[in-house]
Amino acid sequence: MKISLGKLTFPLYALIAFIYLLIPIAYTFAFSFNDSLKTNLIWRGFTFDKWTNVCQREGVCEAFGNSVLIGVVSTFAATALGTMIAIALVRYRFKFRRSINLLLFLPMATPEVVLGAGLASQFFNLGVQKGIATIIVAHVMFCLSFVVVTVKARVASLDPVLEEAGKDLYANPRQVFWKITFPLLLPGIAAAALLSFALSFDDFIITNFNAGADMTFPRYVYTAAARGVPAEANVIGSAVFIAAILLVLATQINGERKRRMLLKKH
Amino acid sequence: MAFAAFSSTKSNGSSKPKKTGKVVIALLAPGLAYLGAFFLTPLIALIMVSLQAQDPFGGIGDYIPAFEINNYFVVISEYWPHMMRSFGYALIATILALLISYPLAYFIGVKARPYPLLQKLMLTLVIAPFFISFLLRTLAWKQIFSNESWIVTTLQQTGLLEADQYVVGTPFMVIFGLTYNFIPFMTLPLYTSLERLDTRYLEAGSDLYASPSKVFRKVTLPLSMPGIISGTLLTFIPIAGDYINASGDFLGSSSTAMLGNVIEANYLQINDYPSASALSVLLMGAILVLVAGYVKKSGTEDLL
Repeated sequence: MKISLGKLTFPLYALIAFIYLLIPIAYTFAFSFNDSLKTNLIWRGFTFDKWTNVCQREGVCEAFGNSVLIGVVSTFAATALGTMIAIALVRYRFKFRRSINLLLFLPMATPEVVLGAGLASQFFNLGVQKGIATIIVAHVMFCLSFVVVTVKARVASLDPVLEEAGKDLYANPRQVFWKITFPLLLPGIAAAALLSFALSFDDFIITNFNAGADMTFPRYVYTAAARGVPAEANVIGSAVFIAAILLVLATQINGERKRRMLLKKH
Repeated sequence: MAFAAFSSTKSNGSSKPKKTGKVVIALLAPGLAYLGAFFLTPLIALIMVSLQAQDPFGGIGDYIPAFEINNYFVVISEYWPHMMRSFGYALIATILALLISYPLAYFIGVKARPYPLLQKLMLTLVIAPFFISFLLRTLAWKQIFSNESWIVTTLQQTGLLEADQYVVGTPFMVIFGLTYNFIPFMTLPLYTSLERLDTRYLEAGSDLYASPSKVFRKVTLPLSMPGIISGTLLTFIPIAGDYINASGDFLGSSSTAMLGNVIEANYLQINDYPSASALSVLLMGAILVLVAGYVKKSGTEDLL
């Protein structure tokens, strides 16, 4: 009896921990179906209306659209710049390595208020008008290091012998990169891009310092929080959550399937 | 080892990295120049603004370049309580996150090893909160603990809370929110560390008649120390600078305002840029001391 209880302790603890982690998600999802008026505080009945007419609420879809645009552009730029640095860090030896590592680490270790206020001061000094463009500049900056970290792991696990084989077969450096290195790095680059988009899409603090009048989805929620956030915001939040979870699960199941196929072959 | 959660870098012993060349400069230059322009120079801009003085001929929000060191003494004396609160809340929330995360990370990384698919699914659940908006999940806790909620009314009926006492707006609620929001940052590095733990060491410990608690203290804990250190750093830093949880529109009130809240208020609401910048520089300085301590202990190669 004692043994079986001991065996259950960890799974039971994990179960409770997961329930705790998922409570606010379940709450947000549930209240996206609330037949609410302006605010979404009390349960008034079940409806699909907020899902089917999500853009009827002024500003929600516009803010969402801005966030997607900012996320896509910053992800492209940050992923390109970060992948190049990651390749250089793993494949080459050079001076100032310590300083470069530190320079890449610091943006991740700097509190967001400091990054936000610093960039805002810089834009102010230069007389740059704040808007979507300044938000994108800010997002590329804080996503860059996360891309480097993610892609670096993939580059490190890549066997250089494959590239050397390409060279031996008279491929020029460009061919080696696009035919061998890049396809092998792609899963890492994709993971970095996803992380980058998620960071950009959900960022509020840095964005708020550098946004001017333009709304993003988190800014919309923040502004609305003073009066009460409408159920339409829950719809957007829940939809994004479902899309992201499905994407992650799909890649995991796909990876597991590949692993099993490989095991069968050997 | 910080950020080990996102990497499992093992140095590739088979081939030596190549030496510096044009290629490496071409690869590094654009990204590093970007960080120089939009990360480093803004920090310098921040220091310059923090030393500015009120323009004698201007109105509110007009400042002129100066070397007003006094700004720092003013903000320290005025916002001393906020600084203490920031680091105090961050310390408590980090310890709570560590206590909650450790058994969970141990279960996923050690106990669930025979079931790789289950491991992956549980890791997905750990990061699931990241996929719902940070602000929405914080507001959800606010609603769950709102003054009219059954939790609060039950607490009042059982006498644990006075009839006029509520949960939202208290330090308890702010720390609760901070802990919740940053738990994945703690669990992931702990998992990465524990996942590599060789269980044969644990068996060796118990074979030598060490009690389970002694095995934990003498073997498991020291071997997972890299995860503990990076998790602590990853959790403490963003919490110390956070201003969502402690904001009056979210889980806090004016009596729970943290450093982030006063920086935001000074910068974006009352346009007192020098004060906001001086506070940011102080916060950054404190964080740099922490990071420097870490680098001294572990070097820079494991930072990324």
